[in-house]
Amino acid sequence: MDFLTQYKNALFLIGVLLSLAIALAVQVRSPLDEAQPDGPSVRLIRMWAMTAVTPLERVTHAIGSGTGRAWSAYIDLRHVRQQNKDLQQQLARVRIEAAAIAEDALQGRRLQAMLGFRESYVGSTVAAQVIGASGSEQSHILTIDKGTRDGLRPDMAVITQNGVVGKLRDVFPTTAEVLEINDQSSGAGVLLASTRIRAILRGTLTGRVQIGSLTADSRIQPGEQVLTSGGDQVYPRGLQVGVVESIAPDPDHQPYTAIRVKTAVDLDRVEEVLVITGTQPDLTAGAQQDLTAAAAQHAADLSAERLPGIYDEQTPGATGASGATAATGAATPPAVNATPALPHPLPVVHPDRFSSGSTAPASDLKPGGANSAPSGQQPQPPQPGAAQ
Amino acid sequence: MMVTRSYMSRREVEQQRFSIPVTVLVPVGAVLLQVLLPRVFAGLAILDLPFVVTLFFAISRRSPIVGTATGAAIGLLQDVLTGQPIGVNGMAKAVIGYAGASLGSRIDVENTTTRALLAFGFSLVQSILLYLIERRLLGIRAFHVLWLHELLRATANTVLAVPVYLLLDYTKHRE
Repeated sequence: MDFLTQYKNALFLIGVLLSLAIALAVQVRSPLDEAQPDGPSVRLIRMWAMTAVTPLERVTHAIGSGTGRAWSAYIDLRHVRQQNKDLQQQLARVRIEAAAIAEDALQGRRLQAMLGFRESYVGSTVAAQVIGASGSEQSHILTIDKGTRDGLRPDMAVITQNGVVGKLRDVFPTTAEVLEINDQSSGAGVLLASTRIRAILRGTLTGRVQIGSLTADSRIQPGEQVLTSGGDQVYPRGLQVGVVESIAPDPDHQPYTAIRVKTAVDLDRVEEVLVITGTQPDLTAGAQQDLTAAAAQHAADLSAERLPGIYDEQTPGATGASGATAATGAATPPAVNATPALPHPLPVVHPDRFSSGSTAPASDLKPGGANSAPSGQQPQPPQPGAAQ
Repeated sequence: MMVTRSYMSRREVEQQRFSIPVTVLVPVGAVLLQVLLPRVFAGLAILDLPFVVTLFFAISRRSPIVGTATGAAIGLLQDVLTGQPIGVNGMAKAVIGYAGASLGSRIDVENTTTRALLAFGFSLVQSILLYLIERRLLGIRAFHVLWLHELLRATANTVLAVPVYLLLDYTKHRE
């Protein structure tokens, strides 16, 4: 009894530590369901805590975002004209790039169809706002304002317009936790864009992202794009993850290298995200229209660049158009109501009997007669208007 | 017997008491701020407000049992919200609460310099405890301690602790 009285403080501490150690041991068992990292009881505790905290987070986020929005609206108005001009220029550049890429994309899809490859595209998404974070350097978790009532489930991919953010971890009725890709327990299958090397990307304790399962390869250089490979069944293929920042030997796992990746998304400043709730084998209708339009634009550009001119240089109106084209170096479309001139082939350098104009007119032909052009007569190139 | 009575009376005089709202709201507020502040500026995640509050209550109350219970409760709440296995911070902060209370009953903890030294030292102790729990107990081999970063964290916690303790001193019920 004296022993208990004398050491009651230490015994209490030991009792608390033992209880917590047992609780930890129960939690870190391998989960039966991969989609549910926590057991039912732990998940229930987290849900209660989240339910208690979420209203405060929502209020704080609303106040913060409202103030920030008012301030940024004022600041933005001062530069909106220049920004609009820059965006228009950027849009023009993007349209040209999209037109160039469209043909490759169509060709890629044809090849995939021939190979029976099933591509998955982002089919449906749910937009959500980030209302909280873990507040710890050991874990990188975000809280968003959508949950199971909005159709979210664990392991759904979370992205922004710039690239991958992470995946859903615990999903509650009105909120959900996003495990960011830089969390030490996070992982994703990735593909190095130019070398086509597949690898596994993991978060580190310091909140960075790195690929650690590759041996030294001189082809991998800083600046190479890193995309999702689709092999992990979480992230659809082709999403932007980031770029290779540095390559160095991994001291803990020789002979592998530690390839540090700079994420495309600034994970510390994520405000709005998209949760991918569904994928589909084909492009969405909107994306399909964009692709078709871009392909048509690209085909028109190619025609303008490669085909010979169809405007008659002897036609006064056409001459002016050609002259303008030559002067400006850009294709000038004819007027809508103008009568299009007939195209004519270039002059023949070495004419033969198959050359255009070497055959007598059809009205002069006689069945069974000698219909070839008289020998020694040089075929004349057709003259514009001769057939009329 | 006389010595024991004298010692207990001295402790009773030096023990600080807090009202129930302060006892509940300050730790909860610290955990909430810890969750919300890094949303404003990500670098603030280096701070550990729950640790600062745990240490304050421990050295103020000077009761190892209460210090252990307070530390465990604050740590568990932090674990629930951070997505970590529940108990990691609970264990670390329970030890901090116990040690802080034990030390608080032996030295003068009203002095600002002493408080700063305690905050700095116990912040490093907590880093070591978290390392042991993550690496040895949970078997996370990838868990490393960046000592320079931990020194920076201890410094940041100390800088935070000094004014926070001065503010929290106003919540004490002196007898």
